[in-house]
Amino acid sequence: MSSAPLLEVRGLNAWYGESHVLHGVDLNIREGETVTLLGRNGAGKTTTLRAIMGILRRREGVIRLRGQDLLRLPLHKVAQAGIGYVPEERGIFASLNVSENLMLPPTVSEGGMSVEEIYSLFPNLHERRSSQGTKLSGGEQQMLAIARVLRTGARIILLDEPTEGLAPVIVQRIGDVLVALKKRGMTILLVEQNFRFAKKVADRFYLMEDGRMVNSFPGHELDARMDELHEVLGV
Amino acid sequence: MSTIFGISTPALFGQILIGLINGSFYAMLSLGLAVIFGLLRVINFAHGAQYMLGAFAAYLLLNYLGIGYWPALILAPLIVGAIAVVIERTMLSRLYGVDPLYGLLLTFGLALILEGAFRYWFGAAGQPYAAPPQLTGAVNLGFMFMPIYRGWVVIASLFICLGTWLLIEKTRLGAYLRAATENATLVQAFGVNVPLLLTLTYGLGAALAALAGVLAAPIYQVSPLMGTNLIIIVFAVVVVGGMGSILGAIVTGYMLGVLEGLTKVFYPEASSIVIFVIMAIVLLVRPAGLFGREE
Amino acid sequence: MAVGTQYLAEQPKLRTSSMVLGVIAIAALLAAPFFFYPVMLMSVLCFALFACAFNLLIGYVGLLSFGHAAFFGGAAYVTAHAAKVWGLEPLTSILLGVAGAAVMGLIIGFVAIRRQGIYFAMITLALSQMFAFICLQVPFTHGEDGIQGVPRGYLLGFIDLNQPLTMYYVTLAIFLFGFFAIWRIVNSPFGNILKAIRENERRAVSLGYRVDRYKLGAFVMSAALAGLAGGTKAIVFQFATLTDVQWQMSGEVILMTLLGGIGTMIGPIVGAGLVIALQNYLAASDFPVTVLIGIIFVICVLLFRRGIVGEILELMRRKTKGAS
Repeated sequence: MSSAPLLEVRGLNAWYGESHVLHGVDLNIREGETVTLLGRNGAGKTTTLRAIMGILRRREGVIRLRGQDLLRLPLHKVAQAGIGYVPEERGIFASLNVSENLMLPPTVSEGGMSVEEIYSLFPNLHERRSSQGTKLSGGEQQMLAIARVLRTGARIILLDEPTEGLAPVIVQRIGDVLVALKKRGMTILLVEQNFRFAKKVADRFYLMEDGRMVNSFPGHELDARMDELHEVLGV
Repeated sequence: MSTIFGISTPALFGQILIGLINGSFYAMLSLGLAVIFGLLRVINFAHGAQYMLGAFAAYLLLNYLGIGYWPALILAPLIVGAIAVVIERTMLSRLYGVDPLYGLLLTFGLALILEGAFRYWFGAAGQPYAAPPQLTGAVNLGFMFMPIYRGWVVIASLFICLGTWLLIEKTRLGAYLRAATENATLVQAFGVNVPLLLTLTYGLGAALAALAGVLAAPIYQVSPLMGTNLIIIVFAVVVVGGMGSILGAIVTGYMLGVLEGLTKVFYPEASSIVIFVIMAIVLLVRPAGLFGREE
Repeated sequence: MAVGTQYLAEQPKLRTSSMVLGVIAIAALLAAPFFFYPVMLMSVLCFALFACAFNLLIGYVGLLSFGHAAFFGGAAYVTAHAAKVWGLEPLTSILLGVAGAAVMGLIIGFVAIRRQGIYFAMITLALSQMFAFICLQVPFTHGEDGIQGVPRGYLLGFIDLNQPLTMYYVTLAIFLFGFFAIWRIVNSPFGNILKAIRENERRAVSLGYRVDRYKLGAFVMSAALAGLAGGTKAIVFQFATLTDVQWQMSGEVILMTLLGGIGTMIGPIVGAGLVIALQNYLAASDFPVTVLIGIIFVICVLLFRRGIVGEILELMRRKTKGAS
C-alpha cells in the first residue's frame, strides 16, 4: 500500500447555478482504504461525490486520481479513469433486465470481477437475472448497483448511502460485501448517515457540514468523539 | 368480377395495398422520430425534410452521377446521416438543457430552410424517378395485380423496422440507448460516451428517414413538398401510438395506413383526415397513446 | 427553463414611464398613415394582434400552439362568407368570425389540453392540418381560389370602410381593443392563476384549482383574439384563402412572437412589424422567403431566445441590478 493518495481532492469549490455549495473541500484516500464521509442531510456529501465524478460541472480546485487531473475531463472519461459510481437512488434501469443492467457499464480496466465471481458474491442476482431491473427489492437493487461497477475494473468506488431505507438484515449483507471488497484491495469512498454501519468498514472518517469539511479522524477514534458527532449530525 | 361489401375485390385489395404502403412509410418515419425523441427528447420536425433529402439524393445521384437505385439505398442515408450529424453537433446539442419546445422550433426552422431551398432550385412539382428494372412490372395474385415495386417497399420496410428493433432491443449499443433514454447522466458516469451516442442516434434517425425517401422516390415522385405534408401525419401517428415503445410506433404506423386505405374505399372524402380523427378519439379516451407510458 | 418564464417575475406594472411610452406609441400610430402606406400598416396591425393572441398562450400559459392558423384563417373564412354571401355589416361579420374561432378553440383546445408540452404542440399542429384539409374540400371556401371580393361595407351601417384612412383607424381601434383585452387578462386574477399554473402546475392543482379549465379558458381566449385578427384581415384585404389556415401561417406567427420576445407584451408587435417588413422587402427580389424565415428561426432559437424586446428588457434589468 503506497503512501501517496490514490484520490486527492484539494480546495474543491462547486456551484449549482449561482449557489455556492462546496467550500474548499479537502480529502484524500489511499489505495485500499475505506473512507467514510459523514454529515447530516444537506451537508454536501452527495454533492462532493458528484463533484469528484464530474456530474456537477462548475468546480474549482484540485481533483487527482493517481496524479491524473480529473477536473478538466468529461464525465465519461472520469469513469474510464477508473472511478465507479453507485448513486444514492441506485439508478437501476427499468428497460433492462438484471443481466443487462449488470453488463451495461463498459470495462474500464482489467482486474474487474468476472461475472461468475459476481454471481457467487451475490447469488440472489443470479436467480433473478432475467427479471426486469426494477422488479427487484430495494436491497437487491442496491446489490445490483454495487455489482455492476465491480465488473468494470474500477479501482475506487464512490458509494452513496447504500444502506438507506434497507432492512437490518440487508444492511448486514451489504456490510459483509464491503468487507469482502476491502479484502480484495478495493478503495472505497462511502457516504453514510448510519455511522454504526460505517464503523464496521471504515478506516477513516471525514465530517462535513454546510459544504465544508470540518474534521477528519481515524476509525478507532469514532467512539471517543460521539458527543461531537451528535452535535454535527444532529442525532 | 367478385365483390366484397359492394366493392370489387381487386379495387378493395388494391386500396389495402396502397394503405399498407403508406403505412410502411408511416411506420418507418414514426420509428425514426421515436428513436430520436426517446434519447434526445427532441421532436425532429426536420424528419420530413430528411426524408425528402433522401429522395432527392437518389434523384441527383442518378441524374448527375449515373448512380442507380441500389447504391443509392446505401449512399443516400449515409449522406443525409452525415448532414444530420453536423446539425446535431453544431446546433441541436446546444439545446439539450433547455425546454424541449426549442428543439422543435429549431428543427422546424431547419425544415423550412431545406424545403424552401429545394423548392427554389427545383420548383414545387415532382421530379420522376424510375423504379429499378429488377423491380418493374406486376404480379398476378389472383385477387389483384400487385406491382412488384410496391410489394418490395412493404417487405423492405418490414425488414428495416425489424432490423431497427433488433438493434435497439438486442445489441449492446441498443442497451446503451435504452438506458440513456432513462438516465443519460448515469450511463455517462459508467464511462459511455453519451454525447457521441446522441449524435449517432440523430444521424441514425435521419438516415432512416432518408432510406424511406429513396424507397418512396419511384412511388410518390421526388418533390420538395413531399416531406412536410407527410411529417404532420406522422406526428398524428406518433401521438396515437404513444412515444413509449418502438414496437408501438411500428404497429401503429402500419395499422393507420391500412385504416386510411380502407376509408378511401368506403368513404373517400374522409380519407385525408381519418388519421387526425382517430388521433382526437385516442386522445380523449387514452391520452398516453395506445402503447405509450404515462410520463 | 420553460419557454418565456424569465419575465414572469419582472412584468412592469403600469409605471409612469410605461404610460408615457404608451401615449407616445398611440400618437405615433395615429399619425402613421401619413408617412407609411395604410395597407402595409394594416397588415402589420392584423398580424401583430394575431401574434399577441398567440403570445398569450405561449408566454403566459406556457403552451406552444402550432396550429393557430386554424383560428386566424377559420375566422377569415367565416367573416368573408358573412360579409360577401350574407351581406352582413362588417363588425357583425368580424364578430361572427370571432365566435367561429372561439368555437374551434373550444373543440381543438379540449382535445389538445389532454397532453402538455411537446405533445400539445404536435396535437395542435395535427388538428389544424385536419381543419386545413376540411377547408380544402368544403364548398363554401371555394378551395384553391378562396373567397375573393369581400366587400368592406359600411361599419355600423354608415362608416364607409372603402376609404383607406377610415379603414386604417378602424383597424387600429380593433387592434388596440384586442391589445388591451390581453393586457387586462394578463393583469387580472385569472391571469395570476395562469401564471401560478405555469410556474408550478402541481402546486396549483394541490391548491384546488381546476387547472384544465383555466388552460382551456386561456386557449379559447387566445383563439378568439386570433380570430379577431383573422376576421379583420378578411375585411381589410377583402379575401380569405387556404394560405390563412396552413401550417406555414402557424409557423409565421410563432416566428413573429419568438423574434419579438415571447412573454413580453410588445414583443409580438415588434416581431410582426419586422417579419412583414422583411416579406415586403423580399417580395421584389428572387430570394425565397421560406428560407429566410427558417434562418431567422434557427438564429433566434440558438442565440436569441429572449427575442428583441426580451433582450432589451434583460439589459435594462441588468443595469438596474448593477446600480442597486
